Amino acid sequence: MILVLGGLWIGQNVNLLPVDASANAPIYDELFRVLFSIGTILFLGIVGLVVFSLIRFRRRSGELSDGLAIEGNLPLEIFWTAVPAVVVLFIGLFSYDIYERMGGMAPLDHAAMDHAAMDHASSNQGSGSEQRVWGGIGTPLLTASEQGTPVSPLPVEVTAMQFAFLFRYPKGDFISGELHVPVGQPVSLSMEAKDVIHAFWVPEFRLKQDVIPGQPTVLNFTPTRAGRYPIVCAELCGPYHGGMRSTVVVEEQDAFDNWFAQNNKITATDT
Amino acid sequence: MTATLPAQSEHPSPSLQPQGWLRYFSFSVDHKVIGLQYLVCGFAFYLIGGALAGAIRTELVSPLSDFMPREVYNQVLTLHGTVMIFLWIVPVVNGAFGNYLIPFYVGARDMAFPRLNAVAFWLIPPAGLLLISSYFITGAAQSGWTAYPPLSITTPASGQIIWILSVLLLGGSSIFGGINFIATILKLRRPGLKMMQLPMYCWAMLGTSILVVLSTPVLAGTLILLSFDIVAHTGFFNPGLGGNVVVYQHLFWFYSHPAVYIMVLPAFGLVSEILPVHCRKPLFGYATMVVSIMAIVVLGLVVWAHHMFTSGTPPWMRLFFTIATAFIAVPTGIKFFNWLATLWGGRISLNSAVLFSCGFIINFVLGGITGVALAQVPFDVHVHDTYFVVAHFHYIVYGGSVFVIFASIYHWYPKVTGRLLNESIGRLHFLLTFVGFNLCFAPQHWLGLNGMPRRVAEYDPQFAFINQLSSVGALLMAISTLPFLWNVIMSAFNGEIAGDNPWRALTPEWLTSSPPPVENWKGEAPLVTEPYGYGVPAEQLDLQAASGRDLWSNGR
Repeated sequence: MILVLGGLWIGQNVNLLPVDASANAPIYDELFRVLFSIGTILFLGIVGLVVFSLIRFRRRSGELSDGLAIEGNLPLEIFWTAVPAVVVLFIGLFSYDIYERMGGMAPLDHAAMDHAAMDHASSNQGSGSEQRVWGGIGTPLLTASEQGTPVSPLPVEVTAMQFAFLFRYPKGDFISGELHVPVGQPVSLSMEAKDVIHAFWVPEFRLKQDVIPGQPTVLNFTPTRAGRYPIVCAELCGPYHGGMRSTVVVEEQDAFDNWFAQNNKITATDT
Repeated sequence: MTATLPAQSEHPSPSLQPQGWLRYFSFSVDHKVIGLQYLVCGFAFYLIGGALAGAIRTELVSPLSDFMPREVYNQVLTLHGTVMIFLWIVPVVNGAFGNYLIPFYVGARDMAFPRLNAVAFWLIPPAGLLLISSYFITGAAQSGWTAYPPLSITTPASGQIIWILSVLLLGGSSIFGGINFIATILKLRRPGLKMMQLPMYCWAMLGTSILVVLSTPVLAGTLILLSFDIVAHTGFFNPGLGGNVVVYQHLFWFYSHPAVYIMVLPAFGLVSEILPVHCRKPLFGYATMVVSIMAIVVLGLVVWAHHMFTSGTPPWMRLFFTIATAFIAVPTGIKFFNWLATLWGGRISLNSAVLFSCGFIINFVLGGITGVALAQVPFDVHVHDTYFVVAHFHYIVYGGSVFVIFASIYHWYPKVTGRLLNESIGRLHFLLTFVGFNLCFAPQHWLGLNGMPRRVAEYDPQFAFINQLSSVGALLMAISTLPFLWNVIMSAFNGEIAGDNPWRALTPEWLTSSPPPVENWKGEAPLVTEPYGYGVPAEQLDLQAASGRDLWSNGR
């Protein structure tokens, strides 16, 4: 009982994660707290049992007799088959729920894909019209439905290469080395790799997606907290893999508009 | 190598096989010699792999890439992974203990195919030397032990090709061994010995060998296709030529996830042998242990895609592999609860073998808990390919398998040499290893959660302190091998004489002399139908316990 309460307390109160900065990060943290609580209870319980057994049932000097000849106990076996099964089922259902709330179960076929993202992805491919577009976890529909009004996502084309990320803003036709996004607006990244497999990871967003050559991939997310967060390549991509980092700048709408206007090439040529 | 073993002089009969210490360097067909060849050869590669790990931890003491060039760092991490998996853990938990113990356990005088057995061992030293020498000749492979294309196609080809050749040889050795174990366990049992009377390690090796035979050929095929891509510029996995890199990942993990069970199931079996002897109790729940081994074998074959949740995998596939993976926790949990029940109410000798076994239980439980968490797609998407995963699998393969290897060496050393290892040095070894291991790998969970990816030579300076802590743990682990080596070498000459059966064990390998004669028994092999028949029935307990205490007080 103390164990369960203690485990729950540790699970709820010990924070091992960085700040949450995207719409799906709080959902992720909810899952993490549940897993951490259950894990703590199980781990402390089993360590406690081992240590208790080693002390309580140790052989005192001079004792030569054997222990109890118990070869098994069917009810006990059924009990400890059932308990992990129930725990695993619970975790499975819970994480399925979390997964769905993050938008992971959205089908990947063309109808369900965001049209803007689709257009960019397919226009990038040019000749390969039959190419399938793969999606990561996380979707802009999440915040859109919460606010009631659908917000069109900001499209960004990401190119990963040895050893850098490039971000192209098709609405302004310019390329940036940093990813700038406004707070609260869904972002849709169409990603492709030029050479080897890379992975786009923002720890504060709790999102990661491999960027695989020959396989255009879409990753959607909604930033919720202004700040500068690292973008890390998480798939071994060559000697400078550790140095393949960039920054995502999440800023207020005004600041983002300013930055966008400064770099915008389309309006510059228009005026 | 030979220093640990006094030469046997009982059989001076003329033979083409060398006698004495030379037979450990010969093409011997004696399963005990082959087992020790595997063990000592594996341990030599463990020292090499450990030195490579030391190089990695030294590089990571500072956030900058300042200890070795970046290309060399990638070669070192590739070699570290490959050496530890293919040259240390797999050959030792399967080849070494399997060859030494399985013929005893089934009541046979040797393995089913002794010559194949010797061939399987003698593939390992050349393959290992080939792998290590690639570093000095052309530069080793740089694409990690996973060798994902297109990276493995674009990095220098010679190192990658040597890596593939070496892994193919080691895979061949593993398959030969697996076939041999299956045949021995199923066909060479002593008349009258039923399957459900076999010691648990036989069941573990049967399950492991089934996995080896089913999955290793897939790896071999995959690596041959990869080598075609590199040498002949075919396009199986080259996206530039219309290939698909995700297919490689599926094929690779179809072997490499079962490989985890190939490393861990034999360890489960060895612990099941060690604990009952030293707890003086029967193994709890024999039948459920057998069933859970087989359940792990079946489930282990259908979980591979959980290594690929961030690659392009469709949602249904993520869901299926989440469920399958999480359910492995059930049979594994049964085994752990059974070991706890074996401990409960025993008369536990707190010797090094038991301490390492209990260290294994604690480490593996933590690794198992993080494993169930990693099976959950939303969780995995954040920590995949980070130090959280590094910590997780080291808790499984080092905290699990390697701890059991040490426990087994302490347990079976008197069998092999006839002398006991020094107990106090053994406990010091355990303490250093346990503290060093946990100091090294526990903080890495936090590193992964907070944004440090794996396989990097440089990292965000905010992680410097935790990395230094981890490196101190690695240093402790390195130091911990010194008392162990000292103990093993000195005890071979000066250790306390053990007698034939120092642990009063009932399994068949102890029912002969220590060290055992060629062909294992002087006469007929004993028929052991209750390998775990320890303990006193409950009704006799009071009397026995009382007399035990009387003895104890008299002794004082």
